[in-house]
Amino acid sequence: MAGALINVPERAKRGEIVEIKTLISHPMETGYRRSQTGARVGRDIIRLFVCTYNGTEVFRAELYPAIAANPFIVFSTIATESGTLAFQWSGDNGFSVTESATIAVD
Amino acid sequence: MAASGSAPPSPRRVVGVVGVLIVMAVSAFAGEIPRAERRSGYELMSPETRAMQDDDTANPGMLWVLEGEALWNRKIGAAGRACADCHGDARATMKGVAARHPAFDAARGRPITLEQRIGACRVDRQQAPPLAHESRELLALTAYVARQSRGLPIDVTIDARTQPFLDAGRATFHRRQGQLNLACSQCHDDHWGRQLAGNVIPQAHPTGYPIYRLEWQAVGSLERRLRNCLVGIRAEPYEYGAPALVDLELYLMSRAAGMKMDAPAVRP
Repeated sequence: MAGALINVPERAKRGEIVEIKTLISHPMETGYRRSQTGARVGRDIIRLFVCTYNGTEVFRAELYPAIAANPFIVFSTIATESGTLAFQWSGDNGFSVTESATIAVD
Repeated sequence: MAASGSAPPSPRRVVGVVGVLIVMAVSAFAGEIPRAERRSGYELMSPETRAMQDDDTANPGMLWVLEGEALWNRKIGAAGRACADCHGDARATMKGVAARHPAFDAARGRPITLEQRIGACRVDRQQAPPLAHESRELLALTAYVARQSRGLPIDVTIDARTQPFLDAGRATFHRRQGQLNLACSQCHDDHWGRQLAGNVIPQAHPTGYPIYRLEWQAVGSLERRLRNCLVGIRAEPYEYGAPALVDLELYLMSRAAGMKMDAPAVRP
């Protein structure tokens, strides 16, 4: 199960700064904790988040164990042309989720 | 009076005794919060946390709702049925359901919580293995169902069948327990709005369960929250699904009757 919620404005004026919000379901297990029996709980985090706008990378974030579960990442970009924003989260244990959203630029 | 000996009490005396009992009952619960002063946990939290709850793409509880929607439509169990096969579109059929629970269940002869209702439906109707308390699937389904009551007033049914359980819940709420010898009412009726370490003490109105609690970094049920509180007063927490917890839940919901649901809520 890996759900993600994306909030991208449907329409924007050319040159306008638009805010993009992303929320993804992930436990972000630090790797520093031990279970009740003393066994080490392996690290399981998202390590990289990348957003591309019509194929061009506009935002990238590296994530570390101190980031809380279900990371909420908000950033902005300039609306240049109509098209697709693609989001990719990747991390430990082969975690990989991609989502996309469209934006219409007048 | 002594002269009357073992003679049955006269009607006048019975009226007098009942009158005294009513006065005692009223004074015993004098600490209950007047209707006009009731505040949900939402109203007592910071603007930042409120903003997080209000935006469906920032509220992490919506991740559980999303998952619950997928589970709602998935066929499972020996019966090969999905929730949607009987109940249809939850957006219409589950409206207000969470606001009415705990509700009386004739089969068990007592009120049951929304989680227990979903769990029973899963075992009896879908013939699927039961879901564990606080399991992700159960919380997701509950969050999805509870989401359909957002904005509706809490409306639990108090009648002859549920009254004894309500009374038991009220008694638990007002009973001192644990090593700290505290009753729920001492914080939530008498000292709400004041600080307990870094947090504001809420009035304990369960408007938004299951909630995404920032401290948990996950969604949890009202029972989990109540068990937390019991650990806080150093009492032994009741087991999940224990009648005492359900009765307490019923009392809290009736205490919050008329307040608007805001599930899945975000709480600090």
